[in-house]
Amino acid sequence: MRGYFGPYGGQFVPETVMAALAELEAAYERYREDPTFQAELEQLYRDYAGRPTPLYHARRLSRELGGAQIYLKREDLNHTGAHKLNNTLGQILLATRMGKRRIIAETGAGQHGVATATVAALFGCRCVIYMGAKDMARQAPNVARMRLLGAEVRPVYSGSQTLKDATSEAIRDWVTNVDDTYYLIGSVVGPHPYPTIVRDFQAVIGRETLAQCQAQLGRLPDSIYACVGGGSNAMGIFTAFLGEPTVKLVGVEAAGRGLETNAHAATLAKGRPGVLHGALSYLLCDEDGQIQEAHSISAGLDYPGVGPEHSWLKDQGRVEYTTATDEEALAAFHRLTRTEGILPALESAHALAAALRDAPRLPQDHIMVVNLSGRGDKDLEIVLKTTAELATPL
Amino acid sequence: MNRVRAHLEDLRRRGGKAFIPFIMAGYPSLAATPAFLEGLAEAGADAIELGLPFSDPLADGPVNQTASYTALQNGATVDRVLAVAAAVAPRLSCPLLLFTYLNPLLQRGPRRLLAEAAAAGFAGLIVPDLPPEAAEEIRAAAAAAGLGMSFLVAPTSPPERIRRAAEASSAFLYAVSLRGVTGARESLPPDLPEFLARVRANADCPVMVGFGIGTPAQARAAAELADGVIVGSALVRLAGEEGVEAACRLAWEIRSVLPAGPAEIRQAEE
Repeated sequence: MRGYFGPYGGQFVPETVMAALAELEAAYERYREDPTFQAELEQLYRDYAGRPTPLYHARRLSRELGGAQIYLKREDLNHTGAHKLNNTLGQILLATRMGKRRIIAETGAGQHGVATATVAALFGCRCVIYMGAKDMARQAPNVARMRLLGAEVRPVYSGSQTLKDATSEAIRDWVTNVDDTYYLIGSVVGPHPYPTIVRDFQAVIGRETLAQCQAQLGRLPDSIYACVGGGSNAMGIFTAFLGEPTVKLVGVEAAGRGLETNAHAATLAKGRPGVLHGALSYLLCDEDGQIQEAHSISAGLDYPGVGPEHSWLKDQGRVEYTTATDEEALAAFHRLTRTEGILPALESAHALAAALRDAPRLPQDHIMVVNLSGRGDKDLEIVLKTTAELATPL
Repeated sequence: MNRVRAHLEDLRRRGGKAFIPFIMAGYPSLAATPAFLEGLAEAGADAIELGLPFSDPLADGPVNQTASYTALQNGATVDRVLAVAAAVAPRLSCPLLLFTYLNPLLQRGPRRLLAEAAAAGFAGLIVPDLPPEAAEEIRAAAAAAGLGMSFLVAPTSPPERIRRAAEASSAFLYAVSLRGVTGARESLPPDLPEFLARVRANADCPVMVGFGIGTPAQARAAAELADGVIVGSALVRLAGEEGVEAACRLAWEIRSVLPAGPAEIRQAEE
């Protein structure tokens, strides 16, 4: 069915924005095949974002682990420091072609907010970013960046004051200002057609990885690891490989303080199908349907929902979903920093943590790609603070 | 025919306008909810929407968000809301409508929750994040339970969506007056007459207009363009700030400016 991945997806939103979703879908159908649109996007990817991002063989790390060869897809080297820009560049081209000059977005860690404020500046659009008050406190440098870029950052004080509530508030703004406003969603979540649009704009990651594996290694990788909050960097790198059955795909959710506690964001591992923010997908909620607060040390994974296509890939068994705790992610952060001189975002450190767990057991000719979705500079404060608290061995 | 629809059509035939208040179950407290419902019925409500609190009410403005949050803090679980409804429904002179977001319905299972709601005395169902094209299962469950459904249309809805929502609505069609979330506004939207004319042209069923209507004057003006009005946030806010009696007084004032008030109707029925 249109707009569904198996039973998941759909459009469960207030009626006021149903017409806007239809308008967006029509515009996307038109421009996804339009050569001028695609050429403009490719040029921005190359000249503005700095694509293609390298596929880097982490030799020291691989040697230390003594098993699989770890390759890092360096999305952290994108302009603005994360994969988020792939999507915002695509959507700003859509928005301006649709004649919408006011851009709104939600943000968790602030990476999507920065990427949105960046493209709004580039295209001369007004920009309003909704961000949970709790996230604003723990990601202060990104708040400052968004403001420098000319965006208005509106704190959200409702609920858990994190990404979930920022998303709700962005949708309320859209319902109110639907005529002139483009809602630029940052992940493969929300009502149809957003999960498809965001996936398609992020799929450049997987296309490049595929070509780079062929060019550098002469073959496909054996496994690919990516972290999953909403799941856009994971869909981005997985999509090109979904039809390659020999490539094992691993999505890594945030286990926070542990799956046995309630302080985690492992939606696929511990959730159940339900409706949040416009789509049917796995989510964390109680028996009455009340959405539960998620927890992760990484603000970008701190979300009680997940993209509907991930729910379908889980049910089909095509992607294996696992988890990494706060502590494992921090350890992975330090390990990569010390062995390779690369500071990963705490989100990406979750993917890395699962890779570090699996790599030693695998043969030395196993090619493992980890999507290094973002850089860790934004996380320095929390890493330094938490490292002292946990006394993580260095 | 659903009894909510039957009452609204009867009222329309007599030239009356309906008044449907909305309140949040468990706000200001669970203990106050039965008296609030009885007060609204006595004020002449034609039906009452009882909101099931939800953690993430996308279609609601600050007043109903706060009410929802407070109600959950007050322990307004699905079971307790159903128990409150079951206790008070037999004493009410008007039907109760269940207003709930989709996820609570899905988690208990639409068939089970709607059967329980009907047993508790609810007569209708409104789900603000459920568009008619995705409503097959819920409509079937509502019909099986004997609940009348109301779908929403907005100023942004094209004519074919209005027709579809009207056909799917077995109780009444809920016309959202404005682009935005729930909450009282300074004035009615200027394009309201044009919008409701378009709704009328595409819907035969009774049309209730809601969102942004908070005063007797606004209610009277909006009711002239539809078959009745829905008033929520203004009552909810007053109940929170000044108490249930104050909110019921506002309900009475609103009802009294609408044609075919309770006294006239009751005389006609006797």
